[in-house]
Amino acid sequence: MVAAVACEKVEKQYTKGKEIVEVLAGIDLSIEHGEFLALMGPSGSGKTTLLNLIGGLDQPSAGSIFVSGKNLTEMKAKALAKWRSENVGFVFQFYNLLPVLTAQRNVELPLLLTNLSRKQRQKNAATALEIVGLQDRAKHKPSELSGGQQQRVAIARAIVADPSLLVCDEPTGDLDRETADQILGLLQTLNKDHGKTIIMVTHDPRAADRAEHILYMDKGKLVSGSGVAV
Amino acid sequence: MLNQIRAITLMNLFNLPSRAGSSSVIVVGIAGVVAVLVGLLSMGAGFSAALESTAKADRAIIMRDGTTSELNGAMSAGDRATVRAMEGVELGSGELYVVAAIVKKGTDISSNVVVRGVEAESFDIRPEVKVVVGRRFETGRAEILVGVKAAAQFAGLEVGASLPVRDQIWQVVGHFEANGTAYESEIWADLANVQSAYRRGGTSSTMRVKMRSPEAIAALNLRLKDDPRFDLIARSEVEHYASQAKQRADLINNFGMVVGVIMAIGAVFAALNTMYCAVGARTVEIATLRALGFGGLPVVVSVMIEAIVLAFIGGVLGGLLVWLAFDGYTASTLNNASFSQVAFDFAVTPELLKLGLTWALTLGLIGGLFPAIRAVRIPITTALRGE
Ligand SMILES: Nc1ncnc2c1ncn2[C@@H]1O[C@H](COP(=O)(O)OP(=O)(O)OP(=O)(O)O)[C@@H](O)[C@H]1O
Ligand SMILES: [Mg+2]
Repeated sequence: MVAAVACEKVEKQYTKGKEIVEVLAGIDLSIEHGEFLALMGPSGSGKTTLLNLIGGLDQPSAGSIFVSGKNLTEMKAKALAKWRSENVGFVFQFYNLLPVLTAQRNVELPLLLTNLSRKQRQKNAATALEIVGLQDRAKHKPSELSGGQQQRVAIARAIVADPSLLVCDEPTGDLDRETADQILGLLQTLNKDHGKTIIMVTHDPRAADRAEHILYMDKGKLVSGSGVAV
Repeated sequence: MLNQIRAITLMNLFNLPSRAGSSSVIVVGIAGVVAVLVGLLSMGAGFSAALESTAKADRAIIMRDGTTSELNGAMSAGDRATVRAMEGVELGSGELYVVAAIVKKGTDISSNVVVRGVEAESFDIRPEVKVVVGRRFETGRAEILVGVKAAAQFAGLEVGASLPVRDQIWQVVGHFEANGTAYESEIWADLANVQSAYRRGGTSSTMRVKMRSPEAIAALNLRLKDDPRFDLIARSEVEHYASQAKQRADLINNFGMVVGVIMAIGAVFAALNTMYCAVGARTVEIATLRALGFGGLPVVVSVMIEAIVLAFIGGVLGGLLVWLAFDGYTASTLNNASFSQVAFDFAVTPELLKLGLTWALTLGLIGGLFPAIRAVRIPITTALRGE
């Protein structure tokens, strides 16, 4: 069976003025379907950069990235946008909800890119909110929700289009321990009961312990841990 | 695609109240441009309308060849009798067109007012002239009838007042209206009376004729030109007043355009700045939408719709402002051709309002385009970092 995610010699450089910053220096990585992987490492080691590449938000400078066998590096921006809307759910540290929309509307957003009817969209959004346990907050705006609740709305938004892959960049980075534990529990449920492949960047070892595997990055390289296909 | 545009646009518009302060920069800036533009152009339009509405298709002015002003020219009583007898002429009135310096109300500055000496037929030729206060002057008496706009603007022209002109004292016996035309800025008196006050013997400067048909004017003109006895032409009123109005209206309109363009440039920068800020404040939101798979085009379109909506509001406000403040407001200007004051109403016409709105929308379009393009050209990953 083809891997959920496969990175081959992935490199990424940024040019800052005249200087070339080497952010990813040859990443080889394979993640199985249904895996829950935590990615750790010091600040600036390239975790977000790698996560964004796997999520199809950017292209590597060299190497290839396959997600469920699909070569992202061969795709044009427009195709990649469509691919993202169908195959990846994003969870951000600061939730990135749209402040003027209600929870229900925020969750519905990705479905605007599908052919679903309005009724069906509302139904699916309601189901997603139910999964994260917020069906009774559907009409609330983000400003009327706690941080943990906002992150759960964001998770509902990430799963509403039923992608197989969730990429989470420090999803508990802005939450207190107890709330963080709830969010991590939710991610575990999504992984176990709904079969989502999850890649989660985190600084918190306790959070990382909730994952099946932990990978460590330093200076743009994977340094040790299990799940590495070197 | 439409779904995307609608969703993002609605979101932006719902966002507007929270950015009322900065958004109002666009609204106010564009309202100012439209107000000034439409205001100045409505002056031009009003001036043209005042002069052109004076014209009737079947009326003509008999004047000296080579002149465009009623001031020049000398026709004897004999000339007038000959013209009256010509084919196609229904009515004719000799008119002596002179000016009198009268003090403007509320000032001690005098300006020239047209004094038109007319014969009795003048009133039949111009049925639009209606006495509203008092009565007409009587033939052979030193009496005058004053146009309502002249009466409003100049001192000492009330009914019953007496006006010293040259070595005579004229009694104001009435005021007249003339459908808002330029005549309302004139003083009318008996031809013989004006002739004697201004020492013109029996001559008139022009003759006003009512023809049996508008087409007869050209034939009359040919006949006059071919007649070796006089050096006269027949000019239709339509042609005459249009050429009188054009020069001044052009000047006002050009001025209006120049000022409008200068202000528009300022407003575009204000709009650009506001929209750059509006888009900048939503960098992360826009990046999030694009991460979710939304396209660049819906983002661009929605930002532009927002700018255009704001510009439209500004345009409507500006137009409304001028319309409320100026439409029908009477102003006066020196009419070069006759060195006399012509009062006119600002005419805030639907065409001008439409022009103002077109400007507003164009400014909004420009103000929205560049910020919108920039919004989608930032790489998603960079924008998500929120820097
Ligand atoms: N768009 C960019 N332009 C230039 N340099 C960038 C850009 N994005 C990231 N970098 C640089 O790449 C390096 C890695 O950044 P990245 O965000 O991937 O680190 P990270 O491991 O996620 O760090 P943190 O734990 O602080 O989030 C950093 O030095 C950063 O400055
Ligand atoms: Mg990071």
